[in-house]
Amino acid sequence: MANADTRAKRPLSPHLQVYKLILTMLMSILHRITGGALYFGTVLVAFWLIAAASGPEWFAFVNEIYGSFLGRLVLFGFTWALVHHMLGGLRHFVWDMGHGFELETANWMAKATIIGSVSITIVLWIIGYIVG
Amino acid sequence: MVQLTLPKNSRMGEGKIWPKPEGATNLREYRIYRWSPDDGRNPRIDTYFVDADDCGPMVLDALIYIKDKIDPTLTFRRSCREGICGSCAMNIDGTNTLACTKGSNEVSGEIVKIYPLPHMPVVKDLVPDMTRFYAQHRSIEPWLQTTSPQPEKEWLQSHEDRQKLDGLYECILCACCSTSCPSYWWNGDRYLGPAILLQAYRWLIDSRDEATGKRLDNLEDPFRLYRCHTIMNCSQACPKGLNPAKAIAEIKKMMVERRV
Repeated sequence: MANADTRAKRPLSPHLQVYKLILTMLMSILHRITGGALYFGTVLVAFWLIAAASGPEWFAFVNEIYGSFLGRLVLFGFTWALVHHMLGGLRHFVWDMGHGFELETANWMAKATIIGSVSITIVLWIIGYIVG
Repeated sequence: MVQLTLPKNSRMGEGKIWPKPEGATNLREYRIYRWSPDDGRNPRIDTYFVDADDCGPMVLDALIYIKDKIDPTLTFRRSCREGICGSCAMNIDGTNTLACTKGSNEVSGEIVKIYPLPHMPVVKDLVPDMTRFYAQHRSIEPWLQTTSPQPEKEWLQSHEDRQKLDGLYECILCACCSTSCPSYWWNGDRYLGPAILLQAYRWLIDSRDEATGKRLDNLEDPFRLYRCHTIMNCSQACPKGLNPAKAIAEIKKMMVERRV
Protein backbone atom coordinates (compact mmCIF):
# COMPACT_ATOMS: atom_id res chain seq x y z
CA MET A 1 0.00 0.00 0.00
CA ALA A 2 1.58 3.22 -1.16
CA ASN A 3 -0.92 5.33 0.67
CA ALA A 4 -2.27 4.56 4.15
CA ASP A 5 -5.59 6.41 3.79
CA THR A 6 -6.46 4.88 0.41
CA ARG A 7 -9.38 2.96 1.92
CA ALA A 8 -11.13 6.11 3.13
CA LYS A 9 -11.03 7.73 -0.30
CA ARG A 10 -12.40 4.78 -2.20
CA PRO A 11 -15.48 5.69 -4.24
CA LEU A 12 -18.72 3.75 -4.04
CA SER A 13 -19.48 1.91 -7.27
CA PRO A 14 -22.73 2.97 -9.02
CA HIS A 15 -25.86 0.96 -8.14
CA LEU A 16 -29.38 2.24 -8.93
CA GLN A 17 -27.81 4.55 -11.51
CA VAL A 18 -26.69 1.66 -13.70
CA TYR A 19 -28.76 -1.38 -12.70
CA LYS A 20 -31.32 -2.60 -15.21
CA LEU A 21 -34.91 -2.17 -14.02
CA ILE A 22 -35.91 -5.80 -13.53
CA LEU A 23 -39.62 -6.63 -13.44
CA THR A 24 -39.56 -8.26 -10.00
CA MET A 25 -37.55 -5.34 -8.62
CA LEU A 26 -40.06 -2.88 -10.11
CA MET A 27 -42.90 -4.82 -8.45
CA SER A 28 -41.10 -4.65 -5.12
CA ILE A 29 -40.76 -0.87 -5.48
CA LEU A 30 -44.45 -0.56 -6.47
CA HIS A 31 -45.45 -2.69 -3.47
CA ARG A 32 -43.66 -0.22 -1.20
CA ILE A 33 -45.14 2.84 -2.90
CA THR A 34 -48.71 1.47 -2.89
CA GLY A 35 -48.25 0.46 0.75
CA GLY A 36 -47.32 4.05 1.57
CA ALA A 37 -50.22 5.39 -0.49
CA LEU A 38 -52.65 3.26 1.52
CA TYR A 39 -51.86 5.32 4.64
CA PHE A 40 -53.01 8.40 2.75
CA GLY A 41 -56.08 6.54 1.44
CA THR A 42 -56.99 5.42 4.95
CA VAL A 43 -56.94 9.06 6.05
CA LEU A 44 -59.42 9.80 3.24
CA VAL A 45 -61.73 7.00 4.44
CA ALA A 46 -61.47 8.20 8.05
CA PHE A 47 -62.26 11.73 6.95
CA TRP A 48 -65.35 10.46 5.11
CA LEU A 49 -66.56 8.46 8.14
CA ILE A 50 -65.97 11.38 10.51
CA ALA A 51 -67.93 13.63 8.16
CA ALA A 52 -70.79 11.10 8.08
CA ALA A 53 -70.85 11.06 11.88
CA SER A 54 -70.75 14.87 12.06
CA GLY A 55 -74.04 15.47 10.29
CA PRO A 56 -75.60 15.69 6.83
CA GLU A 57 -73.96 19.03 5.90
CA TRP A 58 -70.47 17.76 6.57
CA PHE A 59 -71.20 14.49 4.77
CA ALA A 60 -72.53 16.35 1.74
CA PHE A 61 -69.48 18.63 1.80
CA VAL A 62 -66.99 15.74 1.77
CA ASN A 63 -69.05 13.83 -0.78
CA GLU A 64 -68.87 16.84 -3.05
CA ILE A 65 -65.07 16.97 -2.79
CA TYR A 66 -64.70 13.22 -3.33
CA GLY A 67 -67.23 13.31 -6.17
CA SER A 68 -65.38 16.01 -8.12
CA PHE A 69 -63.20 15.02 -11.06
CA LEU A 70 -60.00 15.43 -9.04
CA GLY A 71 -61.55 13.59 -6.08
CA ARG A 72 -62.55 10.68 -8.27
CA LEU A 73 -59.09 10.58 -9.79
CA VAL A 74 -57.53 10.31 -6.32
CA LEU A 75 -60.06 7.64 -5.31
CA PHE A 76 -59.31 5.74 -8.52
CA GLY A 77 -55.63 5.80 -7.59
CA PHE A 78 -56.51 4.67 -4.06
CA THR A 79 -58.53 1.76 -5.46
CA TRP A 80 -55.60 0.71 -7.63
CA ALA A 81 -53.11 1.01 -4.74
CA LEU A 82 -55.40 -1.10 -2.57
CA VAL A 83 -55.93 -3.83 -5.17
CA HIS A 84 -52.28 -3.81 -6.23
CA HIS A 85 -51.01 -4.04 -2.68
CA MET A 86 -53.49 -6.83 -1.93
CA LEU A 87 -52.38 -8.88 -4.94
CA GLY A 88 -48.76 -8.17 -3.99
CA GLY A 89 -49.59 -9.44 -0.52
CA LEU A 90 -50.97 -12.66 -1.99
CA ARG A 91 -47.73 -13.02 -3.99
CA HIS A 92 -45.74 -12.66 -0.78
CA PHE A 93 -48.04 -15.21 0.86
CA VAL A 94 -47.19 -17.72 -1.87
CA TRP A 95 -43.48 -16.98 -1.36
CA ASP A 96 -43.79 -17.33 2.41
CA MET A 97 -45.10 -20.84 1.81
CA GLY A 98 -41.87 -21.53 -0.10
CA HIS A 99 -43.41 -21.57 -3.59
CA GLY A 100 -43.08 -19.43 -6.72
CA PHE A 101 -39.32 -18.87 -6.66
CA GLU A 102 -38.56 -20.31 -10.09
CA LEU A 103 -37.73 -17.38 -12.35
CA GLU A 104 -40.52 -18.11 -14.83
CA THR A 105 -43.07 -18.34 -12.01
CA ALA A 106 -41.81 -15.20 -10.25
CA ASN A 107 -41.86 -13.22 -13.49
CA TRP A 108 -45.30 -14.59 -14.35
CA MET A 109 -46.63 -13.60 -10.92
CA ALA A 110 -45.16 -10.11 -11.32
CA LYS A 111 -46.95 -9.64 -14.67
CA ALA A 112 -50.15 -11.16 -13.30
CA THR A 113 -50.08 -8.71 -10.38
CA ILE A 114 -49.80 -5.60 -12.52
CA ILE A 115 -52.29 -6.78 -15.17
CA GLY A 116 -54.62 -8.04 -12.44
CA SER A 117 -54.51 -4.85 -10.38
CA VAL A 118 -55.22 -2.56 -13.32
CA SER A 119 -58.04 -4.75 -14.67
CA ILE A 120 -59.72 -5.29 -11.29
CA THR A 121 -59.58 -1.54 -10.59
CA ILE A 122 -61.21 -0.72 -13.92
CA VAL A 123 -63.88 -3.39 -13.46
CA LEU A 124 -64.64 -2.13 -9.93
CA TRP A 125 -65.12 1.41 -11.22
CA ILE A 126 -67.30 0.29 -14.10
CA ILE A 127 -69.45 -1.61 -11.60
CA GLY A 128 -69.42 1.47 -9.37
CA TYR A 129 -70.69 3.68 -12.17
CA ILE A 130 -73.35 1.16 -13.24
CA VAL A 131 -74.66 0.68 -9.69
CA GLY A 132 -74.24 4.19 -8.38
CA MET B 1 -29.38 3.43 5.14
CA VAL B 2 -31.12 4.18 1.87
CA GLN B 3 -29.12 6.68 -0.13
CA LEU B 4 -30.30 6.75 -3.71
CA THR B 5 -27.57 9.04 -5.04
CA LEU B 6 -23.83 8.52 -5.11
CA PRO B 7 -21.53 10.35 -2.69
CA LYS B 8 -19.69 13.33 -4.19
CA ASN B 9 -16.39 11.52 -4.63
CA SER B 10 -18.14 8.67 -6.47
CA ARG B 11 -19.99 10.60 -9.18
CA MET B 12 -18.88 9.61 -12.64
CA GLY B 13 -17.68 11.92 -15.38
CA GLU B 14 -16.84 11.50 -19.04
CA GLY B 15 -13.45 9.91 -19.57
CA LYS B 16 -11.08 9.40 -22.43
CA ILE B 17 -12.11 8.16 -25.88
CA TRP B 18 -9.35 5.80 -26.90
CA PRO B 19 -8.32 5.53 -30.57
CA LYS B 20 -9.90 2.87 -32.73
CA PRO B 21 -7.67 -0.05 -33.72
CA GLU B 22 -6.27 0.51 -37.20
CA GLY B 23 -7.68 -1.41 -40.13
CA ALA B 24 -10.56 -2.93 -38.14
CA THR B 25 -13.91 -3.23 -39.90
CA ASN B 26 -15.98 -4.93 -37.21
CA LEU B 27 -15.79 -2.58 -34.21
CA ARG B 28 -17.63 -2.93 -30.92
CA GLU B 29 -17.83 0.00 -28.55
CA TYR B 30 -17.11 -0.50 -24.84
CA ARG B 31 -17.73 2.06 -22.12
CA ILE B 32 -15.88 1.11 -18.98
CA TYR B 33 -15.77 2.50 -15.45
CA ARG B 34 -12.34 3.79 -14.48
CA TRP B 35 -11.02 4.96 -11.15
CA SER B 36 -7.49 5.11 -9.86
CA PRO B 37 -6.46 5.80 -6.26
CA ASP B 38 -3.36 7.59 -7.53
CA ASP B 39 -4.63 10.66 -9.39
CA GLY B 40 -7.17 12.16 -6.96
CA ARG B 41 -9.87 12.36 -9.65
CA ASN B 42 -13.48 11.20 -9.63
CA PRO B 43 -14.48 8.00 -11.43
CA ARG B 44 -14.98 8.38 -15.18
CA ILE B 45 -16.22 6.35 -18.12
CA ASP B 46 -13.63 5.58 -20.80
CA THR B 47 -14.63 4.57 -24.32
CA TYR B 48 -12.78 1.82 -26.14
CA PHE B 49 -13.23 0.20 -29.54
CA VAL B 50 -12.57 -3.51 -29.87
CA ASP B 51 -11.91 -5.26 -33.16
CA ALA B 52 -14.48 -8.05 -32.91
CA ASP B 53 -12.75 -10.01 -35.70
CA ASP B 54 -9.53 -10.10 -33.69
CA CYS B 55 -11.09 -10.91 -30.32
CA GLY B 56 -12.75 -13.88 -28.59
CA PRO B 57 -16.52 -14.00 -28.10
CA MET B 58 -16.79 -13.23 -24.39
CA VAL B 59 -16.78 -9.87 -22.63
CA LEU B 60 -13.67 -11.02 -20.75
CA ASP B 61 -11.94 -11.55 -24.10
CA ALA B 62 -12.70 -7.93 -24.95
CA LEU B 63 -11.33 -6.72 -21.60
CA ILE B 64 -8.13 -8.68 -22.17
CA TYR B 65 -7.97 -7.31 -25.74
CA ILE B 66 -8.20 -3.77 -24.36
CA LYS B 67 -5.58 -4.40 -21.70
CA ASP B 68 -3.19 -6.04 -24.19
CA LYS B 69 -3.62 -3.77 -27.17
CA ILE B 70 -5.07 -0.43 -26.13
CA ASP B 71 -4.68 0.45 -22.46
CA PRO B 72 -2.51 -1.66 -20.13
CA THR B 73 -3.68 0.34 -17.10
CA LEU B 74 -7.22 -1.10 -17.26
CA THR B 75 -7.55 -3.15 -14.08
CA PHE B 76 -9.85 -6.13 -13.46
CA ARG B 77 -9.79 -9.52 -11.75
CA ARG B 78 -9.87 -12.69 -13.80
CA SER B 79 -8.55 -16.19 -13.51
CA CYS B 80 -10.25 -19.36 -14.75
CA ARG B 81 -12.09 -17.92 -17.80
CA GLU B 82 -14.71 -20.67 -17.48
CA GLY B 83 -17.14 -19.49 -14.78
CA ILE B 84 -15.80 -21.44 -11.83
CA CYS B 85 -13.53 -19.00 -9.96
CA GLY B 86 -15.91 -16.04 -9.75
CA SER B 87 -13.12 -13.46 -10.09
CA CYS B 88 -14.46 -11.55 -13.09
CA ALA B 89 -17.87 -10.74 -11.57
CA MET B 90 -18.94 -7.27 -12.69
CA ASN B 91 -21.90 -5.27 -13.89
CA ILE B 92 -22.29 -5.75 -17.65
CA ASP B 93 -25.18 -4.26 -19.63
CA GLY B 94 -27.01 -3.37 -16.40
CA THR B 95 -26.88 -6.72 -14.64
CA ASN B 96 -24.27 -8.52 -12.60
CA THR B 97 -22.61 -11.49 -14.21
CA LEU B 98 -19.26 -13.09 -14.99
CA ALA B 99 -17.36 -11.44 -17.84
CA CYS B 100 -16.00 -14.83 -18.91
CA THR B 101 -19.39 -16.48 -19.47
CA LYS B 102 -21.18 -13.43 -20.89
CA GLY B 103 -20.99 -13.28 -24.67
CA SER B 104 -20.50 -9.84 -26.21
CA ASN B 105 -23.31 -10.67 -28.61
CA GLU B 106 -25.67 -11.28 -25.66
CA VAL B 107 -25.53 -7.54 -24.97
CA SER B 108 -28.62 -6.08 -26.58
CA GLY B 109 -27.50 -2.56 -27.52
CA GLU B 110 -24.64 -1.33 -29.68
CA ILE B 111 -22.53 -0.32 -26.70
CA VAL B 112 -21.28 -2.65 -23.98
CA LYS B 113 -21.32 -0.83 -20.65
CA ILE B 114 -19.21 -2.24 -17.83
CA TYR B 115 -19.12 -1.18 -14.17
CA PRO B 116 -17.72 -2.80 -11.04
CA LEU B 117 -20.12 -4.82 -8.85
CA PRO B 118 -22.67 -2.27 -7.57
CA HIS B 119 -22.55 -0.40 -4.27
CA MET B 120 -19.07 -1.60 -3.30
CA PRO B 121 -15.94 0.36 -2.38
CA VAL B 122 -13.73 0.47 -5.48
CA VAL B 123 -10.06 -0.50 -5.15
CA LYS B 124 -9.32 0.34 -8.78
CA ASP B 125 -11.36 0.32 -12.02
CA LEU B 126 -13.42 -2.90 -12.03
CA VAL B 127 -11.94 -4.28 -8.80
CA PRO B 128 -14.22 -3.95 -5.76
CA ASP B 129 -13.14 -4.36 -2.14
CA MET B 130 -14.61 -7.69 -1.02
CA THR B 131 -13.42 -7.50 2.61
CA ARG B 132 -16.86 -7.19 4.17
CA PHE B 133 -18.37 -9.89 1.95
CA TYR B 134 -15.70 -12.39 3.04
CA ALA B 135 -16.06 -11.36 6.70
CA GLN B 136 -19.80 -12.04 6.44
CA HIS B 137 -19.07 -15.44 4.93
CA ARG B 138 -16.78 -16.19 7.86
CA SER B 139 -19.54 -15.15 10.28
CA ILE B 140 -21.79 -18.06 9.25
CA GLU B 141 -18.98 -20.56 10.00
CA PRO B 142 -19.06 -22.33 6.63
CA TRP B 143 -17.66 -25.68 7.68
CA LEU B 144 -19.05 -28.98 8.95
CA GLN B 145 -19.76 -28.88 12.69
CA THR B 146 -20.46 -32.06 14.66
CA THR B 147 -20.71 -33.28 18.22
CA SER B 148 -21.02 -37.01 17.50
CA PRO B 149 -17.87 -39.12 17.78
CA GLN B 150 -15.75 -38.93 14.67
CA PRO B 151 -16.45 -41.89 12.34
CA GLU B 152 -13.53 -44.10 11.35
CA LYS B 153 -13.77 -43.05 7.72
CA GLU B 154 -15.89 -40.27 6.20
CA TRP B 155 -19.20 -38.83 7.47
CA LEU B 156 -21.79 -40.78 5.49
CA GLN B 157 -24.80 -39.28 3.78
CA SER B 158 -27.69 -40.91 1.95
CA HIS B 159 -28.19 -40.26 -1.72
CA GLU B 160 -31.37 -38.31 -0.95
CA ASP B 161 -29.66 -36.14 1.66
CA ARG B 162 -26.81 -35.42 -0.72
CA GLN B 163 -29.31 -34.28 -3.33
CA LYS B 164 -30.52 -31.56 -0.95
CA LEU B 165 -27.18 -29.81 -1.52
CA ASP B 166 -27.73 -29.58 -5.28
CA GLY B 167 -28.34 -25.98 -6.29
CA LEU B 168 -26.35 -24.82 -3.23
CA TYR B 169 -22.88 -26.35 -3.37
CA GLU B 170 -22.34 -24.92 -6.88
CA CYS B 171 -22.13 -21.38 -5.50
CA ILE B 172 -18.73 -19.87 -6.34
CA LEU B 173 -19.10 -16.81 -4.08
CA CYS B 174 -18.69 -14.37 -6.97
CA ALA B 175 -21.03 -11.89 -5.19
CA CYS B 176 -23.08 -11.17 -8.33
CA CYS B 177 -26.26 -11.85 -6.34
CA SER B 178 -25.41 -9.95 -3.16
CA THR B 179 -24.34 -6.83 -5.03
CA SER B 180 -27.51 -6.92 -7.17
CA CYS B 181 -29.73 -6.77 -4.09
CA PRO B 182 -31.14 -3.34 -3.11
CA SER B 183 -31.55 -4.55 0.48
CA TYR B 184 -27.85 -5.37 0.52
CA TRP B 185 -27.09 -1.96 -1.01
CA TRP B 186 -28.93 -0.12 1.75
CA ASN B 187 -28.17 -2.41 4.69
CA GLY B 188 -25.09 -4.37 3.69
CA ASP B 189 -23.46 -3.60 7.02
CA ARG B 190 -26.06 -5.65 8.89
CA TYR B 191 -27.90 -7.74 6.27
CA LEU B 192 -25.87 -10.80 5.20
CA GLY B 193 -27.11 -10.75 1.60
CA PRO B 194 -28.17 -13.57 -0.74
CA ALA B 195 -24.80 -15.25 -1.35
CA ILE B 196 -23.96 -15.64 2.33
CA LEU B 197 -27.50 -16.74 3.20
CA LEU B 198 -27.44 -19.36 0.43
CA GLN B 199 -24.18 -20.60 1.94
CA ALA B 200 -25.77 -20.58 5.40
CA TYR B 201 -28.62 -22.72 4.07
CA ARG B 202 -26.13 -25.09 2.47
CA TRP B 203 -24.89 -25.95 6.00
CA LEU B 204 -28.34 -25.83 7.62
CA ILE B 205 -29.69 -28.45 5.23
CA ASP B 206 -26.61 -30.70 5.31
CA SER B 207 -27.67 -33.95 7.04
CA ARG B 208 -24.16 -34.42 8.48
CA ASP B 209 -24.07 -31.04 10.22
CA GLU B 210 -25.11 -31.02 13.88
CA ALA B 211 -25.06 -27.28 14.62
CA THR B 212 -28.42 -26.45 12.98
CA GLY B 213 -29.89 -24.84 16.11
CA LYS B 214 -26.86 -22.66 16.71
CA ARG B 215 -26.77 -21.67 13.05
CA LEU B 216 -30.44 -20.63 13.12
CA ASP B 217 -29.88 -18.67 16.36
CA ASN B 218 -27.12 -16.77 14.62
CA LEU B 219 -29.48 -15.79 11.79
CA GLU B 220 -32.52 -14.95 13.97
CA ASP B 221 -32.13 -11.22 13.60
CA PRO B 222 -34.20 -8.44 12.01
CA PHE B 223 -31.31 -7.58 9.70
CA ARG B 224 -29.06 -10.58 9.07
CA LEU B 225 -31.86 -12.68 7.55
CA TYR B 226 -35.09 -10.76 7.47
CA ARG B 227 -33.94 -7.84 5.31
CA CYS B 228 -34.72 -10.08 2.36
CA HIS B 229 -37.91 -8.70 0.80
CA THR B 230 -38.03 -11.14 -2.13
CA ILE B 231 -36.98 -8.56 -4.69
CA MET B 232 -35.51 -11.51 -6.65
CA ASN B 233 -32.62 -9.58 -8.23
CA CYS B 234 -30.30 -12.23 -6.77
CA SER B 235 -31.88 -15.17 -8.55
CA GLN B 236 -32.17 -13.16 -11.76
CA ALA B 237 -28.45 -12.34 -11.61
CA CYS B 238 -26.81 -15.62 -10.54
CA PRO B 239 -24.46 -16.66 -13.38
CA LYS B 240 -24.61 -20.27 -12.14
CA GLY B 241 -28.42 -20.38 -12.35
CA LEU B 242 -28.85 -20.87 -8.60
CA ASN B 243 -31.75 -19.47 -6.59
CA PRO B 244 -30.62 -17.60 -3.47
CA ALA B 245 -34.12 -16.14 -2.95
CA LYS B 246 -35.50 -19.66 -2.56
CA ALA B 247 -32.71 -20.65 -0.18
CA ILE B 248 -33.48 -17.61 1.99
CA ALA B 249 -37.18 -18.51 1.99
CA GLU B 250 -36.25 -22.02 3.14
CA ILE B 251 -34.30 -20.55 6.06
CA LYS B 252 -37.30 -18.40 6.98
CA LYS B 253 -39.45 -21.55 6.88
CA MET B 254 -36.99 -23.38 9.15
CA MET B 255 -37.26 -20.47 11.60
CA VAL B 256 -41.04 -20.89 11.75
CA GLU B 257 -40.95 -24.68 11.84
CA ARG B 258 -38.69 -24.83 14.85
CA ARG B 259 -41.16 -22.73 16.83
CA VAL B 260 -44.21 -24.91 16.22
